Amino acid sequence: MDVASFPNPVRSIFGTVSDESVIVNIGPSHPATHGTVQIIAELDGEKVLRTDVHCGYLHRGFEKECEDHTWHNLIPYVDRLNYVSALVNDFAYCDAVERLMGVEITPRCRYLRTLLSEYSRVVDHLTCVAAGLMEMGAMTAFLYLVMVRDFMYEHLAALTGARVTYSYGRIGGLARDLPEGWLGRLEEILVQYEEFVGRVHSLVDRNRIFIDRLRDVGVITTVDALSFGCTGPILRSTGAPRDLRKDAPYLAYAELDFDVPVGIKGDNYDRYFVRMREMDESVYMIRQLAQMLPAGPINVDDRRCTFPEKPLVYSQIESLINHFKLVMDGPSVPPGEIYCAHEAPNGELGFYLVSTGGGTPYKVHVRSPSFVHMGAASRMLDGGQLADIVPTFGSINMIGGECDR
Amino acid sequence: MTATELDALHRELVPAAGPATLSHGAFVLQLAPDELLPTVQRLRDEFGFDVFLDVTAVDWPADALRFEVVHHFYSTAHKVRVRLKTRVAVENPIVDSLCALYGSAAFTERECHDMYGIGFRGNFDLRPILLYEGFSGHPLRKDYPKTREQPLVPYRA
Amino acid sequence: MDARTIPLIPLVPASAVAARGTKHATFEYLTTRKDELIGWARKFSLFPYPFVTACCAMEFMAVSASPYDTDRFGAALPRFSPRQADLLMIVGTVTHKQAPVLLKVWEQMCEPKWVMAFGVCASSGGFYQNYATLLGVDKILPVDVYVPGCPPRPEMVIDGIMQLQDKIARSRHPVVTERF
Repeated sequence: MDVASFPNPVRSIFGTVSDESVIVNIGPSHPATHGTVQIIAELDGEKVLRTDVHCGYLHRGFEKECEDHTWHNLIPYVDRLNYVSALVNDFAYCDAVERLMGVEITPRCRYLRTLLSEYSRVVDHLTCVAAGLMEMGAMTAFLYLVMVRDFMYEHLAALTGARVTYSYGRIGGLARDLPEGWLGRLEEILVQYEEFVGRVHSLVDRNRIFIDRLRDVGVITTVDALSFGCTGPILRSTGAPRDLRKDAPYLAYAELDFDVPVGIKGDNYDRYFVRMREMDESVYMIRQLAQMLPAGPINVDDRRCTFPEKPLVYSQIESLINHFKLVMDGPSVPPGEIYCAHEAPNGELGFYLVSTGGGTPYKVHVRSPSFVHMGAASRMLDGGQLADIVPTFGSINMIGGECDR
Repeated sequence: MTATELDALHRELVPAAGPATLSHGAFVLQLAPDELLPTVQRLRDEFGFDVFLDVTAVDWPADALRFEVVHHFYSTAHKVRVRLKTRVAVENPIVDSLCALYGSAAFTERECHDMYGIGFRGNFDLRPILLYEGFSGHPLRKDYPKTREQPLVPYRA
Repeated sequence: MDARTIPLIPLVPASAVAARGTKHATFEYLTTRKDELIGWARKFSLFPYPFVTACCAMEFMAVSASPYDTDRFGAALPRFSPRQADLLMIVGTVTHKQAPVLLKVWEQMCEPKWVMAFGVCASSGGFYQNYATLLGVDKILPVDVYVPGCPPRPEMVIDGIMQLQDKIARSRHPVVTERF
C-alpha cells in the first residue's frame, strides 16, 4: 500500500516560505494535541511565526444524526460532545428542550442537576490540569489528580451506571434518583479531593520551573478574548468576571453562594489557577447543594415527556400507548426555536434547536466553546516558542468531541 | 432583558425587512442580506454586543429562499442575546462575512460553509474545517443522505 | 493466563528421542519452544502507541493510572513514535479525515505489530453510522483484538490486553522471514 498516494485531508495556508523559516507539522496523532488537532507551524528557529490550526479530525456528524433520532434518543449523542464533563451537556440539552416544550422541572431535579453539573466541572478541570501537567513532565501530579477523578467516576457509575458518558439526563427530569449512601460517599470523595489537590498545589504552584514555563506564555488580552468569542476560563483568566452562572442564572445557581475566580494576565498560569480555584468553588457549591437537596419526585409529572411507571404500563392501556408513543415517536415538541446556553467547564455551551413539531428535531446546532477557542488558538500560539505550544494548547482545553461535533 | 433595552433595540434596529420578536429571552430580527453588515456594525459599536457566538444555517428545502442564516450575539455588559436571521436562495447563497468585526467569525463561517455551502463575502479562508479536502457536497443540507460516505483510503478486500 | 516456566535449556522429551532418525520432530520441538520463549518476552513487553481520538481516551488514561495500571502487564510505557511501538491501540472514533493518518502511523510500525480496536467506534463505527465516520478500523487495517464498550470499563481493556497476550503467546514468531 503506497501511503504517499493517499490524498492529504487538509491544505495548509502557507504558500512559499522564505529560506529562514521552517514548516513543522504537529499532529493530528500527537499526545499533546489531544489526538485530533493538527497544528502546522511556521518556525524561525524555535520561535513560532505563524500557526495554521486544523481541527475536524473528530467530526462525527452529530448534527446530521440529530435529524434522524427522537429528542430522547439524542441524549447519548449529546453526552459525547464534551465527554470529559458529560453531565453538563446532558443537562444543557434537556434544559433547551424543556424550555421549548414549556416543561418545568421539579425542585429536587433542579438541585440535583446543579450538584451534578458542578461535579462534572470538577472532573473536567481535574482532567485538564492533570493532562497539562503530564505534558510538562509532572507525572506525579497527573497520577494524584487522575486517582481522585477515578473515585468520582466510580461514584457516578454507582448513580448512573456508566463511568464516562452517562446518558443520565432525561427531558423532564433524570433517569433515576440517588441510591442509598451516595451523599455520604460524596463527602468522603470531596475530603480526598482536598487532600490530593493540596498535594498538587504544594508540588506545582511555587515551583520555579512551573512558573517559568507558564507565566507570560500564551497571553491573550480581554479585548482579543471577547473578539474571538472566548468564554469560560480563558476569558476569566484575562480578568473579565463573566460567568453565565452569575450573569444569567439557570438551574439553582441563583441560590448558591460562590465566587467567580479571575486571573490577571491571561496567560497559561492564570488559566491553570482559575481552573484550580473554580474546582474549589465547585466543591463548596456541591457541599451547599447536598444540604439544600429537597425531597420529592425526580421527574415532572407530565406525560408529554416523562415515561409512565412500569406497573401502569403493564396494566393500563393509556399508559401503554403513552409509553409506546414516547419511545417510537419521541416527545412532541411544539414548533419553534430556542438558543439555550449553560456555563460548561470550557465556556458557553449553547444549543440552538429548531423544531417543526413532532418527536424529531428539525435542526440541532451546538455552539461549542472548544471550536470557537480553536479560532483564538493561533492568537495565543503565534510569537511564542515551539515548546510553549504544548502547555498553551493544553490550557485551552480543547475537547475533540465538542470542537468537531 | 429589560423593557428599556428591548425598546431601544426595537426602535433602533427594526429594518424594513421584517419584524422583531422575543424568543425565549433572545431578541430575534429578520433581515435582508444587505442589511446584515450595517446592523451588526451598529450592534457592536452602539449597543455593546461584544461577543459573536456563532453562525449557522437552517435548510428549508420547500421555500424559495432556502437557507436561513442565523447569527447569535451576546452583550456581556447588558447580558442580552440577539439572533439575526437572513434568507438566501440556493442559487446564490452568499452573505457578508463578519471577519472584519469579530475574530470568532473566521472559524464559525468556515464551518457554516462546510456544512451548508453558504458563501461569506469577505472571508478569504473558506477551506474545509470539519470536512476534508476532496469531500464534495454539503452534508447538513436536507438532500444529502446521511450515510453517503466519501472515503479517502481504499478499503481492504 | 497460566504461568509457564521456561527452562533455559530445553529438555528433549521421549517422543523426540524416539524419532531420532528424523530431524523433523526435534526441529519442530525446538522451534516451538523458541516461539514460546519469544512469545513470552514479547507479550510482557508491549509498547503501546495510543492513537487517541475521542471519549475512550478517558478510559485509556484511567487504565494507565492506578488502580487499573497497565504497568502490571508490561504495557506501561507508551511510545509516541510508531517506529518504537508494537501495539497500536486505536482509542476512539476514526473519521474518514483521520483514516489516512491512521494508516500512515500503522505503516510506519515495524513487525511484529498488533492492533487493538479500543471502543465500539474503532470496532464498528459505534452509533455514528453516517458520512463522516470510518465504520470500523478493520476496513483499512487488520485488527487483533476488539474491545467493545462505549467507553469500555478499564477491566475490559485489561481483559483485552490479556487476550492479546494469549494470542501472542500462542502464535508463531519466525525470526528469519523471507523479507529479512
